[in-house]
Amino acid sequence: MIIQAVCFYVFAAVAVASGVMVISARNPVHSVLFLILAFFNAAALFVLLGAEFLAMILVIVYVGAVAVLFLFVVMMLDINFVELRHGFLQYLPIGALIGFILFAELVLVIGYWALAPNIASVLAAPLPATAQVTNTQALGDLLYTRYIYAFQASGIVLLIAMIGAIVLTLRARAGVRRQDSSAQVYRPRAASVEIVKIEVGKGV
Amino acid sequence: MAEGDFWSGYALPLVAMVLEILAIVVPLLLVVAYATYAERKVLAAAQLRKGPNVVGPFGLLQPLADGLKLFMKETVIPSGANRVVFAAAPMLTFVLALIAWAVIPFDPGVVLSNINVGILYLFAISSLGVYGIIMAGWASNSKYAFLGALRSAAQMVSYEVSIGFVMVTVLLCAGSLNISDIVLAQRHLWYVIPLLPMAVVFFISGLAETNRSPFDLPEGESELVAGYFVEYSAMTFALFFLGEYANMILVSAMTSILFLGGWLAPFGVPPFTWVPGPIWFFLKIAFCFFCFLWVRATFPRFRYDQLMRLGWKVFLPLSLFWLVLTAAFLTAFGMLPT
Repeated sequence: MIIQAVCFYVFAAVAVASGVMVISARNPVHSVLFLILAFFNAAALFVLLGAEFLAMILVIVYVGAVAVLFLFVVMMLDINFVELRHGFLQYLPIGALIGFILFAELVLVIGYWALAPNIASVLAAPLPATAQVTNTQALGDLLYTRYIYAFQASGIVLLIAMIGAIVLTLRARAGVRRQDSSAQVYRPRAASVEIVKIEVGKGV
Repeated sequence: MAEGDFWSGYALPLVAMVLEILAIVVPLLLVVAYATYAERKVLAAAQLRKGPNVVGPFGLLQPLADGLKLFMKETVIPSGANRVVFAAAPMLTFVLALIAWAVIPFDPGVVLSNINVGILYLFAISSLGVYGIIMAGWASNSKYAFLGALRSAAQMVSYEVSIGFVMVTVLLCAGSLNISDIVLAQRHLWYVIPLLPMAVVFFISGLAETNRSPFDLPEGESELVAGYFVEYSAMTFALFFLGEYANMILVSAMTSILFLGGWLAPFGVPPFTWVPGPIWFFLKIAFCFFCFLWVRATFPRFRYDQLMRLGWKVFLPLSLFWLVLTAAFLTAFGMLPT
Protein backbone atom coordinates (compact mmCIF):
# COMPACT_ATOMS: atom_id res chain seq x y z
CA MET A 1 0.00 0.00 0.00
CA ILE A 2 2.80 2.39 0.98
CA ILE A 3 4.69 1.63 -2.22
CA GLN A 4 1.57 2.36 -4.25
CA ALA A 5 1.10 5.71 -2.51
CA VAL A 6 4.75 6.62 -3.04
CA CYS A 7 4.48 5.66 -6.71
CA PHE A 8 1.35 7.76 -7.10
CA TYR A 9 2.94 10.86 -5.62
CA VAL A 10 6.13 10.43 -7.64
CA PHE A 11 4.29 9.97 -10.94
CA ALA A 12 1.80 12.73 -10.21
CA ALA A 13 4.55 15.17 -9.18
CA VAL A 14 6.65 14.41 -12.26
CA ALA A 15 3.57 14.73 -14.49
CA VAL A 16 2.72 18.16 -13.07
CA ALA A 17 6.34 19.31 -13.14
CA SER A 18 6.82 18.24 -16.75
CA GLY A 19 3.53 19.93 -17.63
CA VAL A 20 4.95 23.15 -16.22
CA MET A 21 8.18 22.60 -18.15
CA VAL A 22 6.20 22.16 -21.40
CA ILE A 23 5.05 25.77 -21.26
CA SER A 24 8.16 27.25 -19.66
CA ALA A 25 10.99 25.56 -21.58
CA ARG A 26 12.76 27.95 -23.95
CA ASN A 27 13.46 25.38 -26.63
CA PRO A 28 10.29 24.04 -28.33
CA VAL A 29 11.89 20.61 -28.86
CA HIS A 30 12.49 20.39 -25.11
CA SER A 31 8.83 21.30 -24.63
CA VAL A 32 7.74 18.36 -26.75
CA LEU A 33 10.12 16.02 -24.90
CA PHE A 34 8.63 17.16 -21.58
CA LEU A 35 5.16 16.63 -23.04
CA ILE A 36 6.17 13.04 -23.77
CA LEU A 37 7.37 12.66 -20.18
CA ALA A 38 3.99 13.95 -19.01
CA PHE A 39 2.22 11.36 -21.20
CA PHE A 40 4.36 8.62 -19.68
CA ASN A 41 3.49 9.63 -16.16
CA ALA A 42 -0.20 9.78 -17.05
CA ALA A 43 0.13 6.23 -18.40
CA ALA A 44 1.81 5.17 -15.15
CA LEU A 45 -1.09 6.66 -13.19
CA PHE A 46 -3.50 4.62 -15.34
CA VAL A 47 -1.51 1.50 -14.47
CA LEU A 48 -1.80 2.35 -10.78
CA LEU A 49 -5.57 2.61 -11.26
CA GLY A 50 -5.60 -0.88 -12.77
CA ALA A 51 -6.48 0.42 -16.26
CA GLU A 52 -3.52 -1.15 -18.05
CA PHE A 53 -5.26 -1.18 -21.45
CA LEU A 54 -5.78 2.59 -21.37
CA ALA A 55 -2.18 3.08 -20.24
CA MET A 56 -0.80 1.10 -23.17
CA ILE A 57 -3.12 2.79 -25.68
CA LEU A 58 -2.04 6.17 -24.31
CA VAL A 59 1.60 5.28 -24.90
CA ILE A 60 0.99 3.74 -28.34
CA VAL A 61 -1.28 6.47 -29.71
CA TYR A 62 0.00 9.64 -28.10
CA VAL A 63 3.66 8.91 -27.49
CA GLY A 64 4.27 6.46 -30.32
CA ALA A 65 2.42 8.26 -33.09
CA VAL A 66 1.08 11.74 -32.29
CA ALA A 67 4.09 13.06 -30.39
CA VAL A 68 6.51 11.68 -33.01
CA LEU A 69 4.83 13.69 -35.74
CA PHE A 70 4.62 16.66 -33.40
CA LEU A 71 8.34 16.45 -32.71
CA PHE A 72 8.92 16.03 -36.42
CA VAL A 73 7.13 19.30 -37.18
CA VAL A 74 8.67 21.25 -34.30
CA MET A 75 12.18 20.20 -35.33
CA MET A 76 11.56 21.28 -38.93
CA LEU A 77 10.20 24.70 -37.95
CA ASP A 78 12.64 27.53 -37.62
CA ILE A 79 11.13 29.30 -34.65
CA ASN A 80 12.26 32.73 -33.58
CA PHE A 81 12.30 32.62 -29.79
CA VAL A 82 12.47 36.36 -29.25
CA GLU A 83 9.38 36.92 -31.35
CA LEU A 84 7.64 34.11 -29.52
CA ARG A 85 8.33 35.79 -26.16
CA HIS A 86 7.11 39.08 -27.56
CA GLY A 87 3.57 37.81 -28.17
CA PHE A 88 3.38 36.13 -24.77
CA LEU A 89 1.59 38.96 -22.94
CA GLN A 90 -0.68 39.64 -25.89
CA TYR A 91 -2.12 36.12 -25.87
CA LEU A 92 -2.13 35.75 -22.09
CA PRO A 93 -5.77 36.89 -21.56
CA ILE A 94 -7.15 34.47 -24.17
CA GLY A 95 -5.05 31.61 -22.83
CA ALA A 96 -6.08 32.37 -19.28
CA LEU A 97 -9.74 32.49 -20.31
CA ILE A 98 -9.57 29.09 -22.02
CA GLY A 99 -7.72 27.66 -19.04
CA PHE A 100 -10.34 29.05 -16.68
CA ILE A 101 -13.22 27.61 -18.72
CA LEU A 102 -11.60 24.16 -18.76
CA PHE A 103 -10.93 24.36 -15.03
CA ALA A 104 -14.53 25.39 -14.34
CA GLU A 105 -15.82 22.47 -16.40
CA LEU A 106 -13.58 20.09 -14.48
CA VAL A 107 -14.84 21.46 -11.18
CA LEU A 108 -18.44 21.10 -12.37
CA VAL A 109 -17.95 17.49 -13.43
CA ILE A 110 -16.19 16.49 -10.22
CA GLY A 111 -18.66 18.47 -8.12
CA TYR A 112 -21.54 16.66 -9.81
CA TRP A 113 -20.11 13.30 -8.82
CA ALA A 114 -19.48 14.48 -5.29
CA LEU A 115 -22.93 16.03 -4.81
CA ALA A 116 -24.92 13.11 -6.19
CA PRO A 117 -23.05 9.86 -5.47
CA ASN A 118 -25.74 7.72 -7.13
CA ILE A 119 -25.28 9.58 -10.44
CA ALA A 120 -22.70 6.97 -11.42
CA SER A 121 -25.29 4.22 -11.54
CA VAL A 122 -27.57 6.37 -13.74
CA LEU A 123 -24.90 7.35 -16.25
CA ALA A 124 -22.79 4.27 -16.76
CA ALA A 125 -23.72 0.74 -17.56
CA PRO A 126 -22.87 -1.62 -14.70
CA LEU A 127 -19.30 -2.82 -15.03
CA PRO A 128 -18.29 -6.32 -13.97
CA ALA A 129 -15.67 -6.56 -11.25
CA THR A 130 -12.12 -6.30 -12.51
CA ALA A 131 -11.32 -9.67 -10.96
CA GLN A 132 -13.71 -11.42 -13.36
CA VAL A 133 -12.78 -9.89 -16.71
CA THR A 134 -9.76 -7.93 -17.90
CA ASN A 135 -10.39 -4.26 -18.46
CA THR A 136 -9.77 -4.73 -22.18
CA GLN A 137 -12.81 -6.98 -22.29
CA ALA A 138 -14.88 -4.69 -20.09
CA LEU A 139 -14.11 -1.68 -22.30
CA GLY A 140 -14.88 -3.62 -25.46
CA ASP A 141 -18.20 -4.84 -24.08
CA LEU A 142 -19.29 -1.29 -23.34
CA LEU A 143 -17.84 0.39 -26.41
CA TYR A 144 -19.20 -2.01 -29.01
CA THR A 145 -22.66 -2.51 -27.53
CA ARG A 146 -23.97 0.38 -25.47
CA TYR A 147 -21.90 3.18 -26.99
CA ILE A 148 -21.62 1.85 -30.54
CA TYR A 149 -23.21 4.95 -32.13
CA ALA A 150 -20.98 7.38 -30.25
CA PHE A 151 -18.00 5.21 -31.16
CA GLN A 152 -18.90 5.16 -34.87
CA ALA A 153 -19.62 8.88 -34.83
CA SER A 154 -16.18 9.66 -33.40
CA GLY A 155 -14.68 7.43 -36.08
CA ILE A 156 -16.49 9.44 -38.78
CA VAL A 157 -15.26 12.70 -37.24
CA LEU A 158 -11.69 11.42 -37.48
CA LEU A 159 -12.24 10.25 -41.05
CA ILE A 160 -13.53 13.68 -42.05
CA ALA A 161 -10.56 15.35 -40.36
CA MET A 162 -8.22 13.04 -42.28
CA ILE A 163 -9.90 13.77 -45.62
CA GLY A 164 -9.79 17.48 -44.82
CA ALA A 165 -6.05 17.35 -44.13
CA ILE A 166 -5.45 15.47 -47.40
CA VAL A 167 -7.55 17.94 -49.40
CA LEU A 168 -5.75 20.90 -47.86
CA THR A 169 -2.26 19.59 -48.58
CA LEU A 170 -2.87 17.90 -51.93
CA ARG A 171 -1.57 19.88 -54.84
CA ALA A 172 -1.75 18.61 -58.37
CA ARG A 173 1.35 19.75 -60.21
CA ALA A 174 1.73 19.45 -63.91
CA GLY A 175 4.73 17.69 -65.34
CA VAL A 176 5.35 15.27 -62.44
CA ARG A 177 6.51 11.89 -63.67
CA ARG A 178 5.40 9.08 -61.40
CA GLN A 179 6.65 5.54 -61.36
CA ASP A 180 4.09 3.07 -62.66
CA SER A 181 5.31 -0.33 -61.49
CA SER A 182 2.78 -2.41 -63.39
CA ALA A 183 3.56 -0.58 -66.63
CA GLN A 184 7.25 -1.33 -66.05
CA VAL A 185 6.65 -4.98 -65.27
CA TYR A 186 4.27 -5.63 -68.17
CA ARG A 187 6.35 -3.79 -70.76
CA PRO A 188 6.94 -6.15 -73.67
CA ARG A 189 10.42 -6.85 -74.91
CA ALA A 190 9.67 -5.29 -78.29
CA ALA A 191 8.98 -1.92 -76.64
CA SER A 192 12.39 -1.65 -75.03
CA VAL A 193 14.94 -3.74 -76.92
CA GLU A 194 15.76 -3.51 -80.58
CA ILE A 195 18.17 -5.89 -82.25
CA VAL A 196 20.19 -4.24 -84.97
CA LYS A 197 22.46 -6.06 -87.35
CA ILE A 198 25.52 -3.90 -87.94
CA GLU A 199 27.80 -4.50 -90.81
CA VAL A 200 31.50 -4.54 -90.05
CA GLY A 201 33.21 -1.21 -90.61
CA LYS A 202 30.00 0.83 -91.02
CA GLY A 203 28.82 1.64 -87.51
CA VAL A 204 25.24 2.43 -86.56
CA MET B 1 5.84 -2.14 10.94
CA ALA B 2 7.71 -5.17 12.19
CA GLU B 3 11.20 -5.81 10.91
CA GLY B 4 10.20 -9.21 9.49
CA ASP B 5 7.56 -7.52 7.36
CA PHE B 6 10.14 -5.30 5.78
CA TRP B 7 12.41 -8.22 4.87
CA SER B 8 9.80 -10.64 3.61
CA GLY B 9 7.48 -7.99 2.21
CA TYR B 10 9.85 -5.67 0.36
CA ALA B 11 13.54 -6.45 0.50
CA LEU B 12 13.57 -10.13 -0.50
CA PRO B 13 11.13 -9.73 -3.43
CA LEU B 14 13.23 -6.78 -4.58
CA VAL B 15 16.43 -8.85 -4.50
CA ALA B 16 14.66 -11.72 -6.30
CA MET B 17 13.41 -9.29 -8.94
CA VAL B 18 16.87 -7.86 -9.53
CA LEU B 19 18.29 -11.38 -9.89
CA GLU B 20 15.53 -12.30 -12.38
CA ILE B 21 16.25 -9.19 -14.42
CA LEU B 22 19.96 -10.02 -14.47
CA ALA B 23 19.15 -13.58 -15.51
CA ILE B 24 17.44 -12.17 -18.60
CA VAL B 25 19.69 -9.21 -19.41
CA VAL B 26 23.12 -10.86 -19.10
CA PRO B 27 22.40 -13.76 -21.51
CA LEU B 28 20.62 -11.30 -23.80
CA LEU B 29 23.68 -9.04 -24.00
CA LEU B 30 25.86 -12.06 -24.69
CA VAL B 31 23.52 -13.12 -27.49
CA VAL B 32 23.53 -9.55 -28.85
CA ALA B 33 27.33 -9.53 -28.90
CA TYR B 34 27.43 -12.81 -30.77
CA ALA B 35 24.66 -11.64 -33.11
CA THR B 36 27.18 -9.19 -34.56
CA TYR B 37 29.61 -12.10 -35.02
CA ALA B 38 26.83 -14.19 -36.63
CA GLU B 39 26.02 -11.38 -39.01
CA ARG B 40 29.63 -11.06 -40.15
CA LYS B 41 30.00 -14.82 -40.57
CA VAL B 42 26.72 -15.21 -42.48
CA LEU B 43 27.46 -12.26 -44.76
CA ALA B 44 30.95 -13.65 -45.33
CA ALA B 45 29.55 -17.06 -46.24
CA ALA B 46 27.05 -15.44 -48.62
CA GLN B 47 29.88 -13.56 -50.30
CA LEU B 48 32.32 -16.53 -50.33
CA ARG B 49 34.65 -14.98 -47.76
CA LYS B 50 35.84 -16.26 -44.40
CA GLY B 51 34.71 -13.47 -42.10
CA PRO B 52 36.32 -12.81 -38.72
CA ASN B 53 38.77 -15.66 -38.09
CA VAL B 54 41.82 -14.15 -36.38
CA VAL B 55 40.86 -13.27 -32.79
CA GLY B 56 40.42 -16.53 -30.91
CA PRO B 57 39.34 -19.89 -32.39
CA PHE B 58 37.17 -19.25 -35.50
CA GLY B 59 37.30 -15.54 -34.57
CA LEU B 60 34.99 -16.24 -31.61
CA LEU B 61 36.58 -13.55 -29.45
CA GLN B 62 36.04 -10.88 -32.11
CA PRO B 63 32.88 -9.35 -30.48
CA LEU B 64 34.76 -8.98 -27.17
CA ALA B 65 37.69 -7.33 -28.93
CA ASP B 66 35.31 -4.96 -30.72
CA GLY B 67 33.58 -4.12 -27.44
CA LEU B 68 36.92 -3.46 -25.73
CA LYS B 69 38.01 -1.25 -28.61
CA LEU B 70 34.84 0.86 -28.45
CA PHE B 71 35.17 1.06 -24.67
CA MET B 72 38.72 2.43 -24.89
CA LYS B 73 37.91 5.10 -27.47
CA GLU B 74 37.21 8.73 -26.74
CA THR B 75 33.62 9.96 -26.60
CA VAL B 76 33.38 13.04 -28.78
CA ILE B 77 30.51 15.46 -28.26
CA PRO B 78 30.26 17.99 -31.11
CA SER B 79 30.44 21.60 -29.93
CA GLY B 80 27.16 22.52 -31.63
CA ALA B 81 25.29 19.58 -30.12
CA ASN B 82 22.56 19.75 -27.53
CA ARG B 83 24.54 17.88 -24.88
CA VAL B 84 21.76 16.46 -22.71
CA VAL B 85 19.62 15.16 -25.57
CA PHE B 86 22.76 13.99 -27.40
CA ALA B 87 23.79 11.83 -24.44
CA ALA B 88 20.23 10.67 -23.65
CA ALA B 89 19.44 9.37 -27.15
CA PRO B 90 21.74 6.28 -27.21
CA MET B 91 20.79 5.39 -23.64
CA LEU B 92 17.11 5.56 -24.57
CA THR B 93 17.64 3.33 -27.61
CA PHE B 94 19.52 0.76 -25.57
CA VAL B 95 17.15 0.76 -22.59
CA LEU B 96 14.08 0.44 -24.81
CA ALA B 97 15.65 -2.52 -26.57
CA LEU B 98 16.17 -4.23 -23.19
CA ILE B 99 12.93 -3.49 -21.29
CA ALA B 100 10.78 -5.09 -23.97
CA TRP B 101 12.11 -8.48 -22.80
CA ALA B 102 10.25 -8.11 -19.52
CA VAL B 103 7.11 -9.64 -21.04
CA ILE B 104 8.66 -12.28 -23.32
CA PRO B 105 7.84 -15.79 -22.03
CA PHE B 106 10.58 -18.41 -22.43
CA ASP B 107 8.57 -21.38 -21.16
CA PRO B 108 5.18 -21.84 -19.45
CA GLY B 109 5.36 -19.42 -16.50
CA VAL B 110 8.99 -18.44 -17.13
CA VAL B 111 8.44 -14.73 -17.70
CA LEU B 112 9.51 -11.71 -15.71
CA SER B 113 6.11 -10.04 -15.77
CA ASN B 114 3.07 -11.88 -17.08
CA ILE B 115 0.85 -8.85 -17.75
CA ASN B 116 -2.61 -8.90 -19.32
CA VAL B 117 -1.73 -6.50 -22.12
CA GLY B 118 1.69 -7.95 -22.95
CA ILE B 119 1.38 -7.65 -26.71
CA LEU B 120 0.29 -4.01 -26.43
CA TYR B 121 3.30 -3.40 -24.19
CA LEU B 122 5.59 -4.83 -26.86
CA PHE B 123 3.91 -2.71 -29.51
CA ALA B 124 4.25 0.41 -27.34
CA ILE B 125 7.94 -0.23 -26.69
CA SER B 126 8.71 -0.88 -30.33
CA SER B 127 6.89 2.30 -31.33
CA LEU B 128 9.02 4.25 -28.84
CA GLY B 129 12.24 3.14 -30.54
CA VAL B 130 11.94 6.01 -32.99
CA TYR B 131 12.63 8.54 -30.22
CA GLY B 132 16.22 7.48 -29.73
CA ILE B 133 16.84 7.98 -33.43
CA ILE B 134 15.01 11.26 -33.87
CA MET B 135 16.57 12.72 -30.71
CA ALA B 136 20.03 11.66 -31.87
CA GLY B 137 19.47 13.22 -35.28
CA TRP B 138 18.25 16.50 -33.89
CA ALA B 139 20.75 16.81 -31.03
CA SER B 140 23.75 16.17 -33.30
CA ASN B 141 23.07 19.47 -35.07
CA SER B 142 24.31 17.98 -38.31
CA LYS B 143 22.55 17.80 -41.68
CA TYR B 144 23.30 14.14 -42.38
CA ALA B 145 22.16 13.05 -38.94
CA PHE B 146 19.00 15.14 -39.18
CA LEU B 147 18.06 13.80 -42.61
CA GLY B 148 18.62 10.25 -41.38
CA ALA B 149 16.42 10.88 -38.35
CA LEU B 150 13.61 12.33 -40.45
CA ARG B 151 13.70 9.40 -42.84
CA SER B 152 13.66 6.99 -39.95
CA ALA B 153 10.76 8.69 -38.16
CA ALA B 154 8.57 8.69 -41.27
CA GLN B 155 9.49 5.09 -42.06
CA MET B 156 8.88 3.69 -38.59
CA VAL B 157 5.55 5.47 -38.16
CA SER B 158 4.40 4.15 -41.56
CA TYR B 159 5.25 0.52 -40.93
CA GLU B 160 3.92 0.52 -37.37
CA VAL B 161 0.43 0.81 -38.80
CA SER B 162 0.61 -2.49 -40.64
CA ILE B 163 2.38 -4.15 -37.69
CA GLY B 164 -0.58 -3.06 -35.56
CA PHE B 165 -3.09 -4.63 -37.96
CA VAL B 166 -1.10 -7.87 -38.11
CA MET B 167 -1.09 -8.03 -34.31
CA VAL B 168 -4.86 -7.43 -34.20
CA THR B 169 -5.34 -10.32 -36.66
CA VAL B 170 -3.36 -12.62 -34.38
CA LEU B 171 -5.29 -11.34 -31.34
CA LEU B 172 -8.57 -12.16 -33.07
CA CYS B 173 -7.44 -15.77 -33.47
CA ALA B 174 -5.96 -16.06 -29.98
CA GLY B 175 -8.61 -14.11 -28.08
CA SER B 176 -6.15 -12.67 -25.57
CA LEU B 177 -3.63 -9.87 -25.21
CA ASN B 178 -1.51 -11.97 -22.86
CA ILE B 179 1.59 -13.30 -24.63
CA SER B 180 1.60 -16.68 -22.86
CA ASP B 181 -2.04 -17.19 -23.87
CA ILE B 182 -1.19 -16.30 -27.48
CA VAL B 183 1.52 -18.95 -27.49
CA LEU B 184 -0.74 -21.55 -25.87
CA ALA B 185 -3.48 -20.81 -28.41
CA GLN B 186 -1.09 -22.16 -31.06
CA ARG B 187 -0.85 -25.61 -29.42
CA HIS B 188 -2.61 -27.32 -32.31
CA LEU B 189 -1.67 -25.08 -35.22
CA TRP B 190 0.99 -22.41 -35.51
CA TYR B 191 -0.46 -19.20 -36.87
CA VAL B 192 2.11 -19.11 -39.63
CA ILE B 193 -0.01 -21.66 -41.52
CA PRO B 194 -3.44 -19.98 -41.56
CA LEU B 195 -1.99 -16.45 -41.47
CA LEU B 196 0.99 -16.88 -43.79
CA PRO B 197 0.54 -13.56 -45.68
CA MET B 198 0.33 -11.74 -42.35
CA ALA B 199 3.52 -13.43 -41.16
CA VAL B 200 5.33 -12.20 -44.26
CA VAL B 201 3.94 -8.68 -43.85
CA PHE B 202 4.97 -8.72 -40.19
CA PHE B 203 8.51 -9.83 -40.95
CA ILE B 204 9.02 -7.27 -43.73
CA SER B 205 7.54 -4.52 -41.56
CA GLY B 206 9.90 -5.70 -38.83
CA LEU B 207 12.80 -5.12 -41.21
CA ALA B 208 11.57 -1.57 -41.79
CA GLU B 209 10.90 -1.01 -38.09
CA THR B 210 14.46 -1.95 -37.14
CA ASN B 211 15.93 0.09 -40.04
CA ARG B 212 17.53 -3.00 -41.50
CA SER B 213 18.46 -3.71 -45.07
CA PRO B 214 16.74 -3.35 -47.57
CA PHE B 215 15.05 -0.51 -45.65
CA ASP B 216 18.21 0.93 -44.10
CA LEU B 217 17.75 4.36 -45.66
CA PRO B 218 18.10 6.17 -42.31
CA GLU B 219 21.73 5.08 -42.28
CA GLY B 220 22.22 4.87 -46.04
CA GLU B 221 25.99 5.16 -46.13
CA SER B 222 26.19 6.15 -49.79
CA GLU B 223 24.22 9.36 -49.31
CA LEU B 224 24.09 10.07 -45.54
CA VAL B 225 27.48 8.74 -44.37
CA ALA B 226 25.97 6.87 -41.42
CA GLY B 227 22.65 8.65 -40.92
CA TYR B 228 21.47 9.51 -37.45
CA PHE B 229 24.54 8.27 -35.57
CA VAL B 230 27.15 9.92 -37.78
CA GLU B 231 28.35 12.16 -34.90
CA TYR B 232 28.51 9.39 -32.31
CA SER B 233 31.70 7.70 -31.22
CA ALA B 234 32.96 5.14 -28.71
CA MET B 235 30.40 3.89 -26.17
CA THR B 236 27.58 6.15 -27.37
CA PHE B 237 27.97 4.54 -30.78
CA ALA B 238 28.22 1.11 -29.17
CA LEU B 239 24.90 1.65 -27.42
CA PHE B 240 23.18 2.42 -30.74
CA PHE B 241 24.84 -0.60 -32.29
CA LEU B 242 23.82 -2.95 -29.47
CA GLY B 243 20.33 -1.43 -29.44
CA GLU B 244 19.91 -2.14 -33.14
CA TYR B 245 20.91 -5.79 -32.73
CA ALA B 246 18.80 -6.20 -29.60
CA ASN B 247 15.86 -4.81 -31.57
CA MET B 248 16.47 -7.30 -34.36
CA ILE B 249 16.46 -10.15 -31.86
CA LEU B 250 13.32 -8.69 -30.31
CA VAL B 251 11.50 -8.61 -33.67
CA SER B 252 12.67 -12.19 -34.26
CA ALA B 253 11.26 -13.15 -30.86
CA MET B 254 7.97 -11.37 -31.65
CA THR B 255 7.71 -13.22 -34.97
CA SER B 256 8.37 -16.51 -33.14
CA ILE B 257 5.72 -15.74 -30.53
CA LEU B 258 3.02 -14.48 -32.87
CA PHE B 259 3.45 -16.95 -35.71
CA LEU B 260 5.85 -19.77 -34.84
CA GLY B 261 4.38 -20.88 -31.54
CA GLY B 262 6.95 -19.41 -29.13
CA TRP B 263 8.38 -22.12 -26.90
CA LEU B 264 6.12 -24.89 -28.29
CA ALA B 265 7.63 -27.87 -30.06
CA PRO B 266 6.66 -28.24 -33.75
CA PHE B 267 4.69 -31.42 -33.04
CA GLY B 268 3.38 -32.37 -29.62
CA VAL B 269 4.85 -35.90 -29.79
CA PRO B 270 7.79 -37.37 -27.82
CA PRO B 271 10.95 -36.88 -29.87
CA PHE B 272 10.12 -33.18 -30.17
CA THR B 273 8.76 -32.65 -26.66
CA TRP B 274 11.98 -34.01 -25.10
CA VAL B 275 13.73 -30.79 -26.13
CA PRO B 276 12.96 -28.11 -23.52
CA GLY B 277 10.86 -25.09 -24.52
CA PRO B 278 13.51 -22.37 -24.20
CA ILE B 279 15.69 -24.23 -26.71
CA TRP B 280 12.86 -24.35 -29.26
CA PHE B 281 12.29 -20.66 -28.64
CA PHE B 282 15.99 -19.93 -29.14
CA LEU B 283 16.07 -21.96 -32.36
CA LYS B 284 13.06 -20.10 -33.74
CA ILE B 285 14.61 -16.73 -32.85
CA ALA B 286 17.85 -17.85 -34.49
CA PHE B 287 15.98 -18.83 -37.66
CA CYS B 288 14.20 -15.44 -37.88
CA PHE B 289 17.48 -13.66 -37.17
CA PHE B 290 19.15 -15.64 -39.94
CA CYS B 291 16.38 -14.45 -42.29
CA PHE B 292 17.30 -10.85 -41.36
CA LEU B 293 20.89 -11.52 -42.41
CA TRP B 294 19.84 -13.49 -45.47
CA VAL B 295 17.73 -10.55 -46.66
CA ARG B 296 20.65 -8.21 -46.08
CA ALA B 297 22.98 -10.39 -48.14
CA THR B 298 20.46 -10.69 -50.97
CA PHE B 299 18.50 -7.51 -51.68
CA PRO B 300 19.57 -4.03 -52.78
CA ARG B 301 18.29 -1.00 -50.88
CA PHE B 302 14.84 0.41 -51.62
CA ARG B 303 14.33 3.88 -52.95
CA TYR B 304 12.51 6.08 -50.43
CA ASP B 305 9.34 6.63 -52.47
CA GLN B 306 9.15 2.88 -53.13
CA LEU B 307 9.47 2.26 -49.40
CA MET B 308 6.55 4.57 -48.66
CA ARG B 309 4.52 3.07 -51.49
CA LEU B 310 5.09 -0.44 -50.13
CA GLY B 311 4.07 0.59 -46.62
CA TRP B 312 0.97 2.63 -47.36
CA LYS B 313 -0.35 1.28 -50.66
CA VAL B 314 0.49 -2.42 -50.39
CA PHE B 315 0.89 -3.54 -46.77
CA LEU B 316 -1.79 -1.34 -45.21
CA PRO B 317 -4.63 -2.39 -47.58
CA LEU B 318 -3.45 -6.01 -47.51
CA SER B 319 -3.32 -6.25 -43.72
CA LEU B 320 -6.64 -4.41 -43.38
CA PHE B 321 -8.27 -6.78 -45.88
CA TRP B 322 -6.83 -9.84 -44.15
CA LEU B 323 -8.03 -8.55 -40.79
CA VAL B 324 -11.62 -8.21 -42.05
CA LEU B 325 -11.35 -11.59 -43.78
CA THR B 326 -10.12 -13.28 -40.60
CA ALA B 327 -12.88 -11.68 -38.53
CA ALA B 328 -15.52 -12.69 -41.08
CA PHE B 329 -14.18 -16.25 -41.26
CA LEU B 330 -14.07 -16.68 -37.49
CA THR B 331 -17.58 -15.26 -37.09
CA ALA B 332 -19.10 -17.25 -39.96
CA PHE B 333 -17.78 -20.58 -38.70
CA GLY B 334 -18.32 -19.80 -35.04
CA MET B 335 -14.63 -20.16 -34.26
CA LEU B 336 -14.22 -16.94 -32.30
CA PRO B 337 -12.29 -17.62 -29.09
CA THR B 338 -14.23 -16.73 -25.99
